[in-house]
Amino acid sequence: MRLAISRPADSTERKSLYMKLVEATIVYAILFFFALLVGIPFLYMFTGSFKTNGQLFSWPVNLLAPEPTMNNYERLLSGEEIPYLRQMGNSVVIAVSQSALTLLFASMVGWGFAKYEFRGKTFLTIFLLFTFAIPFQVTLVPLFQMIVRLGLLDSFLGVILPSSVSAFGAFFMRQAMVSIPQELLDAGRIDGASEWGLFWRIGIPLSRGALSILCVLVFLAAWNDYLWPLIVLRTPENFTYPIGLATLDGLYKVEYGMILGGAFIATLPIVLIFVAGRNQILDNLTIGAVKQ
Amino acid sequence: MFGRGRKIAPYLFISPFFIGYAIFFLYPVIQSLQLSFYRQVGLNKAPRFIGFDNYVRLVTKDDLFIKALTNTTYYALGSILIIVPLALLLALILHSPKLRLREFFRFLYFTPNITAGVVVGIIFGLVFEEQYGLINNLLLAPLGIDNVRWLREARWVMPAVILLGAWKWTGINAIYFMVGLQNIPPELKEAARVDGATRWQVFWHVTLPLLRPILAFVLTIAIIGSYNLFAEPAILVGLEGGPNNAGMTMTMYLYTRGFRELKMGYASAIGYSLAVIILVLSVVQLVLIRAFRED
Repeated sequence: MRLAISRPADSTERKSLYMKLVEATIVYAILFFFALLVGIPFLYMFTGSFKTNGQLFSWPVNLLAPEPTMNNYERLLSGEEIPYLRQMGNSVVIAVSQSALTLLFASMVGWGFAKYEFRGKTFLTIFLLFTFAIPFQVTLVPLFQMIVRLGLLDSFLGVILPSSVSAFGAFFMRQAMVSIPQELLDAGRIDGASEWGLFWRIGIPLSRGALSILCVLVFLAAWNDYLWPLIVLRTPENFTYPIGLATLDGLYKVEYGMILGGAFIATLPIVLIFVAGRNQILDNLTIGAVKQ
Repeated sequence: MFGRGRKIAPYLFISPFFIGYAIFFLYPVIQSLQLSFYRQVGLNKAPRFIGFDNYVRLVTKDDLFIKALTNTTYYALGSILIIVPLALLLALILHSPKLRLREFFRFLYFTPNITAGVVVGIIFGLVFEEQYGLINNLLLAPLGIDNVRWLREARWVMPAVILLGAWKWTGINAIYFMVGLQNIPPELKEAARVDGATRWQVFWHVTLPLLRPILAFVLTIAIIGSYNLFAEPAILVGLEGGPNNAGMTMTMYLYTRGFRELKMGYASAIGYSLAVIILVLSVVQLVLIRAFRED
């Protein structure tokens, strides 16, 4: 019946070539306009890192760098103002350890919830969901006091530990692991595998996809974090790169080219990771964003 | 290590997480509530119980708190009003079937979101620079508009932060809407078209109502994100919030009182006020979205 009704009353079928052309022009004009709005600030960051202060602050504004200088990068990487290479290294250490710890805790608790029945399971699930809604700002002051009392002020551990228990990660891994077939586990048990062995040899390998997404999300959050490292870290040698860039920004004589160079070096690896895994990551974003 | 005990195994699996959760989340949450009824300045001073004084002071005597609250709410409303329609528009365009370069645009629009807040703040310092900035020179000058003193004049600070927020968040929200659009069965739209509905009618009566869950998600994220706003304005205009504290947000204010002035009790009260505000706004928003379903 449907077929009979759908005569070319459908206006799109009748649209003239001219109208289609107009429509396509508008669509791509909008898309490219927004692409420029997004892209130009990035371009300006990149080219600005090859400019002197005088070139940056001059008329007319030039989006390119006609007379590029490497001076900014040389001075930034030689550690003249701040130990930037070291701060980048600190960020790597912190982000990698935080990702590893979060993944371990999250996959274990996710496995426990996905594959076992135990007393208190429902209660703990609901409890976790409720506390999930509490914003992290509430915890900042007592966490800081705790870090001071534990002697972890100005240490990486002080940054890493509190951020490594992610309720979001727990839910995320539970969702990923719940679909692993029970028969695999039963077969494993018959073969004499321990419960830990089942988790390590079946659970982990079969949820590699979810683990890699969670890993990217946690790494990204840790790499870009500013507030908590700013509270914990106290000496320039221990700073992460965002704090380092912020101190450069606050210097009496602001060296904008250097700051832009630092910002570019710190952003590049993140963008490359996302270019490599863009489809898998973007398609899973709706789950990922619940974290914020 | 776990033996064969299927009875205790689950507890062993979940305990590392829950021990960490108790120490680093639950305990601070409770401790913070208690602390918010005390006066404690500095780390080594003994806290003194003062009942609701911190909260009373916040609401009745603290102009800067009210200012931070107003600024943050201004940002939340302003950025939502820009981001949601734009993101929806981009999602509708990116969703259309015969589009070329879809992946390219989708990825490009998304990149601001993975850029560190500090880096975004730094870049936008140049975007909003009064004499040599990109907006004044490339967007406004061609339209014959005089230089706007974005970061120097109190009334322009929040609009600048809102534009920064729109730059950072529109793309990812467009992707959320795209996911929502993909979940709408094409038969529904086709049926409406067959019944003679115009494109606009299909959008208004079929697409939009079905996007409501995604809209609720987007709004919730936007509200929470607004009250978390810290790094970008802190870099853009400084931790004091720039001229007349016009860029001071709630989280910046909490940081200033708690970690620069070490007013532990007071900062805890700010934290709890923030939690209550986010909770109330999220509930109001969900109720509103549900109310629109009735018509």
